[in-house]
Amino acid sequence: MKYFYYSGCSLEGTALEYNISTQAVMQALGIELIELEDWTCCGASAAETLSELLSMVLPARNLALAARMDQDCDFLIPCSACYLNLRKVDEHLGSDEGLLEKINEVLNEEELSYQGGIKSRHLLDVLATDIGAEMIKAKVKLELSGLRIAPYYGCQALRPYGGYDDPEQPSCMEPLIEALGAEVHPWSMGAKCCGAGLMTTKKEVAIELTSALLKAAKGADCIATVCPMCQMNLDSYQKQVSKTGGENLSISVLYLPQLIGMAFGLGEEDLKLGLNMAYTDSLKAKLAEYRVGITPQ
Amino acid sequence: MSEENVTLAEVHEVADPMRVIQEKLRACMQCGTCTGSCANSFAMDHTPRQLWRMVQLGLTDELFNSKTFSLCSSCYYCTLRCPRGLPLTETIHALKQLAVAKGIAEKKGARFYQTFLDTVRRYGRVREMELMARYFIIMKSPMLPLSFTPLGMRLMIKGKVSPEMPKFFGPGKMDAIFRKVKELEASS
Repeated sequence: MKYFYYSGCSLEGTALEYNISTQAVMQALGIELIELEDWTCCGASAAETLSELLSMVLPARNLALAARMDQDCDFLIPCSACYLNLRKVDEHLGSDEGLLEKINEVLNEEELSYQGGIKSRHLLDVLATDIGAEMIKAKVKLELSGLRIAPYYGCQALRPYGGYDDPEQPSCMEPLIEALGAEVHPWSMGAKCCGAGLMTTKKEVAIELTSALLKAAKGADCIATVCPMCQMNLDSYQKQVSKTGGENLSISVLYLPQLIGMAFGLGEEDLKLGLNMAYTDSLKAKLAEYRVGITPQ
Repeated sequence: MSEENVTLAEVHEVADPMRVIQEKLRACMQCGTCTGSCANSFAMDHTPRQLWRMVQLGLTDELFNSKTFSLCSSCYYCTLRCPRGLPLTETIHALKQLAVAKGIAEKKGARFYQTFLDTVRRYGRVREMELMARYFIIMKSPMLPLSFTPLGMRLMIKGKVSPEMPKFFGPGKMDAIFRKVKELEASS
């Protein structure tokens, strides 16, 4: 199996541990990731608020880079917003006659062109559908037994496109968590919004949403995420949320590939666990009780 | 000269973006499933259902004075559940675009996204600390950076980001693409 790997901008900065752990897990699974040289921003949630055409051209530029590489494979995208944007291009080509021509008129400025047809897939889709729980279980060296993990899917990995799981009651992460030897925290918040970009522009509103998520996660040892935006909203404002809510809502929040990597026996440095903003002492202690590979800091 | 003006006016008449949005929402039957599904409706002055009605009735002043569309976090629940299958989240984006084009967009959100895209135009990718520094400079609000300082400090201590002063002049990596998009949009 091989994929074009589109890490996206966040994974070069605040979500570096998502990038490193995704690559480490894929390597352990024997999956080849082809990085696109000279990839650029997908437009995030900014382009669509300013220009319809720009919001198509920015992701299409990356698809065009892949198209000229003479490799027949799908995109693998860990960031939910990048995934939505790249996939959006092909989703719109069918219904919007003339869109492709317009996109190519712009891309021609860089002597690039795109004809459609490259599939954009979310990391979660690839893990759950292409790789699957069995293949993951076969690589597990140190079971995460005794850990209770709340699977958090967020929005844009599932909506509006998704197609690999139920967009309201997703469950595809559950067999993966069980394959690691961990227990699934039962909750109904997996597909609820974290507030996304409102954390920058309407903080008090986003705090309400993250607060509801953190409260529902009580009883779990850790929340598993598959999006850098969800991760940041859940792990970086816990103090403020706890203060507003009048109770301690701190909990570990780790990226799904970090958890998979732990079970594969990869080390702290391979998974960049030191970069996480919410990797609590209680989780470290719990892991230390029965794990050899991971030493608590 | 006058002939050209007439032609331009006609073009604008045909491509009036508000008309395009109204057309998209024509089938809205005001059931309110969108409002019931909206994560942020608790903070809105008008519910999403009310917003669509304002669009249908052409109440543009009320519409653009409403805080509703700046409170959309693009969770796509309304789009998913709309029994008419209307592209509601995309409509919010179209309204945001229109507010920016009319120069009446809410300052904080619009400036943030403009700053974001300016960073993309210049470097091709977003550099998070450069973006935030650029945003603070453009907002000219001395208090704004303070609310982000604790997180910024923690990210720097972790070594995930480093402080970066934005450049405001000189050519950008994606100038040609941005210029061409503007050119095509002006002529459509």
